[in-house]
Parts: sequence; C-alpha cells; structure tokens
Amino acid sequence: MLFSNLLLDIDAGTINWSRAQFALTAIYHWLFVPLTLGLAVIMGIIETKYYLSRDTFWRDAAKFWQKLFGVNFAMGVATGIILEFEFGTNWSNYSWFVGDIFGAPLAIEGIVAFFMESTFVAVMFFGWRKVSPGFHLASTWLTGLGATMSAWWILVANAWMQYPVGCEFNPDTMRNEMVDFLAVAFSPFAVGKFCHTVISAWIIGAVFVVGVCSWYLMKRREMRLATESLKIGAWVGLIASLGAAFTGHISGQQVAQVQPMKLAAMEALYNGGTEQGLTAIAWVNPFRQPDYETEEAPALKFDMPYALSVMATNDPKGYVPGINDILRGYTRPDGTAEPSVEQKMAMGRKAIASLAAYRQAKKDGSETRAASELAVLKDNIQYLGYGYIRDKAEVVPYVPINFWAFRLMVGLGCVFIAFFALMLILTYRIPYLSIIVRRLLATFGLLPETHADTSGVTGLPAWHYWLAIALIPLAYIASESGWLVAEFGRQPWTIQDMLPTWAAVSDLQSSSVMITFILFLLLFTTMLAVEISILLKQIAKGPEYEH
Amino acid sequence: MKKDGFWYRTFDLYYDGFRSMRLGRTLWAIILVKLFIMFAILKVFFFPNFLKEHAQGDEAGYVATELIERSE
Repeated sequence: MLFSNLLLDIDAGTINWSRAQFALTAIYHWLFVPLTLGLAVIMGIIETKYYLSRDTFWRDAAKFWQKLFGVNFAMGVATGIILEFEFGTNWSNYSWFVGDIFGAPLAIEGIVAFFMESTFVAVMFFGWRKVSPGFHLASTWLTGLGATMSAWWILVANAWMQYPVGCEFNPDTMRNEMVDFLAVAFSPFAVGKFCHTVISAWIIGAVFVVGVCSWYLMKRREMRLATESLKIGAWVGLIASLGAAFTGHISGQQVAQVQPMKLAAMEALYNGGTEQGLTAIAWVNPFRQPDYETEEAPALKFDMPYALSVMATNDPKGYVPGINDILRGYTRPDGTAEPSVEQKMAMGRKAIASLAAYRQAKKDGSETRAASELAVLKDNIQYLGYGYIRDKAEVVPYVPINFWAFRLMVGLGCVFIAFFALMLILTYRIPYLSIIVRRLLATFGLLPETHADTSGVTGLPAWHYWLAIALIPLAYIASESGWLVAEFGRQPWTIQDMLPTWAAVSDLQSSSVMITFILFLLLFTTMLAVEISILLKQIAKGPEYEH
Repeated sequence: MKKDGFWYRTFDLYYDGFRSMRLGRTLWAIILVKLFIMFAILKVFFFPNFLKEHAQGDEAGYVATELIERSE
C-alpha cells in the first residue's frame, strides 16, 4: 500500500497541542487586530475635524493617535501568517479538504486589502506635508477601510467553517470546490460575524482612547487633547457597544439556526423546550463537563423569562433545543425532524464507506459502480463528519468554557454601555439626566458634592478615570471571550458537521507541536511586552505640537 | 525626472518619509526581525508543507486514505 507508514490512531496529544497552538496564535493575533480597527475609526474622525476646521490642534491630535496606531500596526503585521503556517503543517488534511473555499478569500485578502492598507498607511504617515489635506484624510480613512476589508475576508473564511455554503465536495480531488462565490462571500453567517466582530473592535479602540485620555486628565496634562479625544472615544464607544449588542442578537439567532449545540452549550441548556429563559447566572463548575444527561438544569439557575426564546427565535414562545434534545433528535417548529446524533453517525459512516467504494470503483474502472456510490455519498455528505464520531458525547462542546465566556462577554458589554453612557451624561452635563446621575452617585458616596470632579473640565469623578484605565484589559477579555465562544462552541468540528479535529489534524509527533507552541508563546509574549513598552513610552511622551 | 511628476512625487513621499523616520526606524527594525524569525526560522525548520513531504505527489490519494481509514 502506498501510504503504509500512516499512523492511523492519532495521538490525542497531537490534536490537543495543535488546537492549543492554533488558539494561542489566534488569541495573540486578536490582541493586535481590534485596536487597529478601532483606532482607525477614531483617528479618522479626529482628522476629519481637522479637515473641516483647519485648527492645527486637531492635526496634532490626529498625528498622536496615528502614532499609537502605527506602533500597534507594526507589532501586529504578519502575525496572522503564522496561522497559515499551522494550516499547512498541523492541519494538512483540513487544508486540503477545504480546497479553494479557503484559498480564495485569503488570496483576495492578501492581494487587495493588504496592498490597499499598506499603500495608504504610507501616505498617512509620510504624506502630511506632501499631499493635500483632502487626499491625506482620504488615505487615513482608506487605511482603516483596508484593515476592515482584510477582516471581512478572514471572517468569510471563518464563517464558512461554521456554516459551509456555496461548495460541493469532489471525491476525486478530495476537496470542497466553490460553486457559488457570492454564497460564500456574502453568507448571512459571514455578514453577521463581520458586523459583530468589527463593531466590537471599535469598542476596544474607544476604551483604549478613553483610558489614555483619563490618564492624562488624572495627571492634569494634555488637557485639550484628552478632553476632546475622550468625548469622541466615548461617543464611538457608546454607539459601538449598542451596535455590538444588536449584532450580537443577530449572531445569536444565526447560531440558534445552524449551530444549536453551540447555543445549548453557551446557555448550559441541558433540556430545551418552548418559552425558554436566558440564564442570567447559574453555577456551572468551570473545571468539569456537567452531567447533562441526568441533571435537569445547572444549580442556582436564575433566568430572565422568555429571553432565550426571543433571542433565538424572536418569539417568546419559541422552541430552543437543549443538549439532550439535540443528541436524541427533535422536531423543529416547522414540523421537520432533526435526526438524532446516532442517526447522523450512521449516515456519516455510510458517506465514508461510499467514498471509499467510489474511489475503489474508479480505480477498478467500474463507472457504473462509481456512479451508484457517488449517489449514496451525495445523499449523506451533509453528515460526513459524524462518521468519525464513536461516542455521541464527542459532539458536545466543553460547556463550562462556553457558558462562562459568553457571560463574561455579555456582562462586560453591558458594563461598557453603562460606562460610556455615564461618561457622556456627565461630560456633556445633559440637563436633568446629569443632575439625577450626580445625585445618585453622591448618594452612594461616589461623587463628592462640593468637589464634583478632579479636572474641572470633564465633570467626571476621579474613580471614573481609574475605571476607564481598568477597562482597557477588560475590553480585550470581552473580545477574546467572544472568540472562545465562537470556536469552543463548534467543537469538535473544524468544519461544521463535516470534519472533526481528529480527522483534520496531521499525523505529527505531539512533541514537535509542543516545541513550536512554546516557541510561539515566547515570541508572542516578547512582541506583546515590546508593544506595551513602546506604547507606554509614547503615551508618556505625549503629542508633539507643531506651531 | 520631472519634480512635479507622479513618479517623482511618489518616490519622494517614500524616500523622504523613510529618511525622516524616528520611532518608525525602531518599528521597522522590529518588523524585519519578526519577519526573519517567521520566514527564515519558523517556516523553514518548524513548519514544512506536511502534504508535500508525505504525499509523494498524490495529495488527494493521501488525504483520501487518511480520511477513510481514520473512521475505522
């Protein structure tokens, strides 16, 4: 046999280290990307104010934020390429299997968005005295647009793994071939994911700007820059936080439709039904998978009545399946039946057997047999991945991570809405509202009535500045939690229902993957430390005013 | 070359921009070191193309064997 050296029982260590390495790389990569996307919006708004007013203060302010953007951009550039290295080495079966579905968006991302981004970045940094203010402003906005377009194509690729559309599996080439580019590029899952991800990145940009400004205000320096940038940051932050809540709702509905197991894991919903409440809080042990087969619901569960049904179906009486319903199979509200996992496993095995028989028939030159096996394969291809499942529990993602990461993301999202709203009410001294808020804060001892604020400029109490600085790491935690939900929630699938991790992974020694994991940990941690150090130095140095 | 021409102005933008960089020099140095580590060390020594090395030119056959036999 040609490939007689295959180790067909893949070491669990290889799968786990490969997953850990990919997660590590993606998490570190996502530390750089959202600040780029978020700062791009804020520096664009600030430069627009310069273009409209020709007040050189705004130009200097724009230059300052662009400098911090540049530091983050330089640190983050090319960190995503490592993910592609990992596809080729650690996930070779997956890479081959996804074929041009993945290749096309990534190629477009590389060619169009990256070149657009890098061209306009040069004009933005080098062109202040070389090009007209209008062209410079356009370049600044196009830098942000280029980065956002990059995110679009990456998220298209990610969305396809969660909801594979616009493709057809070719058993001769063993690849998924794109049959409808528009279906892939504008899949509702991709659109929803893009909107939610990019808008949440704007929150990080806003929190960063507000945090830096708060530090200046506490130090009583760069007062105008801090006050004006803080207001812009707070507006962007409030609009983005509300937008993230709205797009999150849309994403939740999409997950309910195409990845119901992820939703059940996020909610620790063991047994579903109609009129389901959204769990506000419950005790789910973070360190072990719950006994969902025998437990009715998590302990100490407190939920918001009907909210999960509304979130999933827009109907307070809507049906939401739980983990056990999905394992056993259930009837959807439209009367159609969702097969049980055991039925799907049978169909998956049939798909793999017919794939093997088809390839053998082609090798033997028997076209008739090949055609009949191909028909069986096509009938069952939807559940191909279930052919690798040996125990139905393998299709249940790790509930504690999904449950707690989801709550962390949503909880912090609510904190951001309240924080930015409070900041704007107090800063703009909005009639009536600011008086009510001030009295409320004073009642709880959070605002001294005689000495209302530290700076006298923003009307904000000192603790608000500290809170603004503390929110910077929390904004990253919220954003990374969102990715944890998205990626842990679809386990064990690298491609939903088609390819589990243990079929997708390369036949490597786990020790070699472990070594590269450690190398990446060191490399990325060093880069992060360097970035933070340069950023802090530049913030301490402050803006350079040209007179 | 005309000093008000498109190509000269583009060249001047980059030349003058790179020449007058301060913080940018540090950032470019970091980018170059990072790219060297990624492409000259990590890619070459730790991240070979697995299929190219193992499939002996028949990637589809290799992946088919893997995916069929891993289900057994």
